[in-house]
Amino acid sequence: MNLELSLFSMMLIPFAAAGLALIHQGLGRSRSAAHAMLASLCALAVSSIVFVLFGASWAGSTGAAIHSFAAGGVHWDWLGAAPFFARGLNYDASDAASLSRSLVLCLELLAVGVAAIIPLSAGADRWRLGPICLSSALLGGVIFPVFAHWVWGAGWLAQLGANFGISNFIDVGGAGVIQVVGGLAALSVAWIAGPRRGKYSEDGIPAAIPGHNIVLVLFGCLLALVGWIGLDSAASILFYGAGLQQIVGVVINALLTASAGCLAALVVTRARYHKPDASLSSNGWIAGLVAGSASCAMISAESAIVIGVIAGVLSTYLIEIFELHLRVDDPGGAVSVHALAGIWGLLALGLFGHFPEGTRGGHLLAQMVGICALLGFILPLIHGGNLLLNRWSTYRVDDDGHWHGMDVRELGAGAYPEFVIHADEFVPR
Amino acid sequence: MKLVACVLLLSGFFIVLAALVVLTSLGQRSAFVGAGFGVEFLGLCLLTQAYRTHRKEHR
Repeated sequence: MNLELSLFSMMLIPFAAAGLALIHQGLGRSRSAAHAMLASLCALAVSSIVFVLFGASWAGSTGAAIHSFAAGGVHWDWLGAAPFFARGLNYDASDAASLSRSLVLCLELLAVGVAAIIPLSAGADRWRLGPICLSSALLGGVIFPVFAHWVWGAGWLAQLGANFGISNFIDVGGAGVIQVVGGLAALSVAWIAGPRRGKYSEDGIPAAIPGHNIVLVLFGCLLALVGWIGLDSAASILFYGAGLQQIVGVVINALLTASAGCLAALVVTRARYHKPDASLSSNGWIAGLVAGSASCAMISAESAIVIGVIAGVLSTYLIEIFELHLRVDDPGGAVSVHALAGIWGLLALGLFGHFPEGTRGGHLLAQMVGICALLGFILPLIHGGNLLLNRWSTYRVDDDGHWHGMDVRELGAGAYPEFVIHADEFVPR
Repeated sequence: MKLVACVLLLSGFFIVLAALVVLTSLGQRSAFVGAGFGVEFLGLCLLTQAYRTHRKEHR
């Protein structure tokens, strides 16, 4: 296993977090821009600390201690049982097993930060900083570790083949572990926080609230590509033993899925609105990256393009369906781009993946089991946790704070104090 | 309504687990996993509807 290459790849992952943070703040209002960036830093900081203190114990790793039970003649490995506070790690040890465990912790630590940033997009312009920290702690301490253990820590989803004779659930780059988990958290936050003030009329017709800086959004897409290449490469090496040749394929596939997703969204928006839409095209780019990360080391270049195109088209239509018909106000499109494109990516692995063993039907079934676990267990867990936290500390800012903007309300000063005049500042309330 | 929706989501998940434990052939398992997914989808629709109704009442 090329551990040096995996460590180098991991160093690129913070670019994914930076890219997503820029996208979120660019798609929000200018009067909440500083709040959006600070919230990204806080989400990353809180989730990282809580993950190392508690989550890493439950996420575990292959060969580490586990909580398990026997039912139906099967041994269910459902949670890691490593010591808390990362005490099981020995940074001085020179053996390959210790080094591998440290690298897994490092990768999961960086991944949990990316997952924690995703829901911020759905709560933009109204989700308060304190509850953001609480929700990030929930994600980093409980939700992410549980599913990461099931998939990356040799949990029951990674042992479907041995226990049930189908194939193992596979999620190479974290489309499920990071993206769908983060996207489902985004859905939960959008439900709880409700739509932004002025988003829907009395008749339920949505108003367009455009992002304030599309240049930053598009720059964030480029940064995210670098981070995704690092994430997919490091996870392929550590969890699926990918070699150097496969990592070249991972890099090529990441670029192809993102490009296909962006171009598909661009063509769809050009056909529907007569001009390409920059924000939806950037969503298509990220949707392509998300969908491709499940199967990054296991698909051909043609399949990567097909996966990206479908992700780009899906994200464009789903964003509209969520906003118009389901009345979920998700300014950054996190639910469509991360949760639903991630689910498509997991399914696409079963459809297009090259597998050394097992039937395609068995692989598709295993992927469906994983998707059902995300929707049927992880979503209620996230939503139940968020509802409890919302009772303790209300997620949504009050109407006055919404009008002032999150910057002034929560931070005391705007992000652009000298340059911005808000169009509705002189309109009587 | 929200509680019922969450119960439906969990029920779908347990149908999937039961299909893995009780059944053996790929076809039967696929059918039951599909059914479990269907129940989860119903739960999702119900949860979405619950929040839409909630917003209307508050407006």
